[in-house]
Amino acid sequence: MNDVTGMPQTAVVIGGGSDLALAVMRRLASRRLRALVLVGRDIARLDQAAKELSDLGVKSVATLVSDVCDAGGHEALAHDCEQLLGSVDLVVVAAGSLGSAELDALRAEDVARSIETNFAGPAAAITAFATLMRAQGYGRIVVFSSVAGVRVRAANFVYGAGKAGLDAFCQGLGDALAGSGVQVVIVRPGFVRTKMTAGLSPAPFAVDGDAVAEAVVRGLERGSPVIWVPAALRVVFAALRLLPQAVWRRLPG
Amino acid sequence: MIDSVTDDRVAASLVSGWGRASPSAARVVTVRSRRHLEELVVGAGRSATPVLARGLGRSYGDAAQCAGGMVLDCTPLGAIAIEDLDEGIVRVEGGVSLDALLREVVPRGWFVPVTPGTAHVTVGGAIAADVHGKNHHRDGAFGSYVQRIELVTPSGGVEVAPASDPELFWATLGGMGLTGAIAEADVRLHRIETSRMLVDTVRARDLDECMEKLSDSDASYRYSVAWVDCAARGSRLGRSVLSLGDHAALSDLPAADRAKALDYRPSGGIGVPFAPPVNLVQPMAIAAANELWYRKARLHRAGELQSLASFFYPLDAVRDWNRLYGPRGFTQYQFVVPFGAEETVRTVIELLQAARLTPSLAVLKRFGKADPGPMSFPSAGWTLALDIALSARDVAPVLDRLDDVVADAQGRVYLAKDGRLRPELLREMYPRLEEWLAVRARVDPTGVFVSDQWRRVGASER
Ligand SMILES: Cc1cc2nc3c(=O)[nH]c(=O)nc-3n(C[C@H](O)[C@H](O)[C@H](O)COP(=O)(O)OP(=O)(O)OC[C@H]3O[C@@H](n4cnc5c(N)ncnc54)[C@H](O)[C@@H]3O)c2cc1C
Ligand SMILES: NC(=O)c1ccc[n+]([C@@H]2O[C@H](COP(=O)([O-])OP(=O)(O)OC[C@H]3O[C@@H](n4cnc5c(N)ncnc54)[C@H](OP(=O)(O)O)[C@@H]3O)[C@@H](O)[C@H]2O)c1
Repeated sequence: MNDVTGMPQTAVVIGGGSDLALAVMRRLASRRLRALVLVGRDIARLDQAAKELSDLGVKSVATLVSDVCDAGGHEALAHDCEQLLGSVDLVVVAAGSLGSAELDALRAEDVARSIETNFAGPAAAITAFATLMRAQGYGRIVVFSSVAGVRVRAANFVYGAGKAGLDAFCQGLGDALAGSGVQVVIVRPGFVRTKMTAGLSPAPFAVDGDAVAEAVVRGLERGSPVIWVPAALRVVFAALRLLPQAVWRRLPG
Repeated sequence: MIDSVTDDRVAASLVSGWGRASPSAARVVTVRSRRHLEELVVGAGRSATPVLARGLGRSYGDAAQCAGGMVLDCTPLGAIAIEDLDEGIVRVEGGVSLDALLREVVPRGWFVPVTPGTAHVTVGGAIAADVHGKNHHRDGAFGSYVQRIELVTPSGGVEVAPASDPELFWATLGGMGLTGAIAEADVRLHRIETSRMLVDTVRARDLDECMEKLSDSDASYRYSVAWVDCAARGSRLGRSVLSLGDHAALSDLPAADRAKALDYRPSGGIGVPFAPPVNLVQPMAIAAANELWYRKARLHRAGELQSLASFFYPLDAVRDWNRLYGPRGFTQYQFVVPFGAEETVRTVIELLQAARLTPSLAVLKRFGKADPGPMSFPSAGWTLALDIALSARDVAPVLDRLDDVVADAQGRVYLAKDGRLRPELLREMYPRLEEWLAVRARVDPTGVFVSDQWRRVGASER
């Protein structure tokens, strides 16, 4: 169960090898987290993460191999997680992939795959867990969106479009779930130094993974429906959203 | 029987505790009669549907929630039988509120033997939490005045009395609804001559003086409590206002009032119509209110006549005051530590102050000897109850720290107020847990009765 301070005892991570999701789990491990399922593609990485979290005191950590784009498998996956955990207090959906938006190299199937990885797949997974949690009468779904989806830029418009879709889906789903005991929490980080952004030059307001984890845990405590990291980006993007397209297009970076 | 369960397939709705902090959805079924209650519980047992009885929802945390299951709203079970009132015995259904009971019995010269700080709790809730009042040091908890319970378990209704089945009886007192639903109980009342209280109000400069004065008052006052100003620091830490009293005798009333000696006027005029978008109970306001409260109490006010409502239920004056804490809600941290662990009480206040978590309300009381129930909260010592807003930063780790301090002192926290205790500590704080589990396993082997609290703090440890 989630306690009155918003802390879960059981969790599932979709994209179980994600640096950001693991940073969140490390913090939850020092609170109430006792059982966890890490779901992802790369079993070696999942096992390594599982070991680290067990060492931090999470009593049971299971790993499951599954591709987030396998939309047909999500209901069975949710069921398996329920079997493993008893009940699912929290799901963190972190699977995502930056990919490329170089027009010269852009292939139609890459675009489809990106939208699947960043939007269609996660949305299907979220749906499966939302259904499970409605039956439970409670639960929280934390979804990694991105400021890249708040206003989409030429530099990463494919990824940004996927995140925009996912973000919109989660806003609507969150409203639809009002009164069900199930809450959707949207996380909108800016640039975070993780393996996803390795090799890229940091954008303004860049933070570390642990800053995101801290903000997410604090957001769970406060019951915030949307978490911007760093918090200043909420105001920055409120302004950026208003820029004329011609100005927006020319912004550096 | 199955049909009536089908009839009750109502849609799920959100259920939360008084602190409004971790709601969950369940099908809330209105219990129409004791027979209906039995049908529902037996039906739930057959279909393995998680079920829990609920009263007026005055427990602060998640004790009266059953996510994804069936919550039985017992408040319509409101019958009060006063045939045996001459002997001081009243037969009440489980959903009767203390407020309703008092309206019935006070004019006839009786008061409830033990009352919590609000009249808006049900007899079922009072039994399930084995509630205590300001008279625990001398009269014990509610359970000592219950003579018989009609309990509904998954295999049907059973009569339970301390002599017929002491294990089940005492497991139900403080059992937080997990041994079954309380359909009816016989409760022994306390004789009163008037509906007024004779009250002495005393100020204490600091915690030592407060504890000394409370200890000295044990023998001379039936009821005693101290309101502690947790905003006061350093040498003034623990400064407080003590309220000490007993029921006034007829001869204590001015002659003109004696004709209406047993009039009962419940409190509760104004209300908070909706929850504001932010927590209005902020540290500055708390400090100011405490200052005022302390100054208002003159050094010593003796022999003042107060109504039952203003002595026992000052908080009931404002309906739905819990909404003032805004959307994030609040919790109450209540613990007891044995006599001799006075320093722990001080440490707890200091830890909260160091973390800038000023409790909006702090009440210190003395408990007498422990009650027989294995899961009953009171045990001889000091009990401090602290209301704490959940919107503040770092509440959770600080409360975890308090748990450690309390457990180290052989103390425990009160489940009726809890929504966050670490499961590992339940056994440490309630060393008779195994004994209680054995009784629960006997009457509800598959664990049909379950609460969010139990899933969080009890079931998860096993
Ligand atoms: C302002 C305030 C002051 C308080 N002061 C005190 C105090 O001084 N001392 C004290 O001891 N407590 C105090 N309390 C706590 C309160 O007395 C307990 O939480 C009590 O259990 C609430 O009763 P309820 O009817 O609201 O029960 P609920 O909150 O609805 O339920 C509480 C528990 O009782 C069980 N329960 C309820 N009805 C039944 C039933 N018919 N059969 C079986 N189980 C049932 C539920 O399953 C749950 O576990 C206070 C609470 C408030 C809000
Ligand atoms: N880092 C940032 O700057 C930043 C900013 C805003 C938002 N975000 C979002 O935050 C989330 C976590 O990112 P991160 O920084 O932690 O990056 P990360 O470590 O690369 O994590 C992303 C995870 O997604 C997984 N994944 C990718 N495609 C998948 C698929 N088809 N099926 C299953 N899993 C798949 C990856 O697993 P594999 O190892 O199998 O590829 C990887 O573990 C992502 O959704 C990201 O878009 C990140």
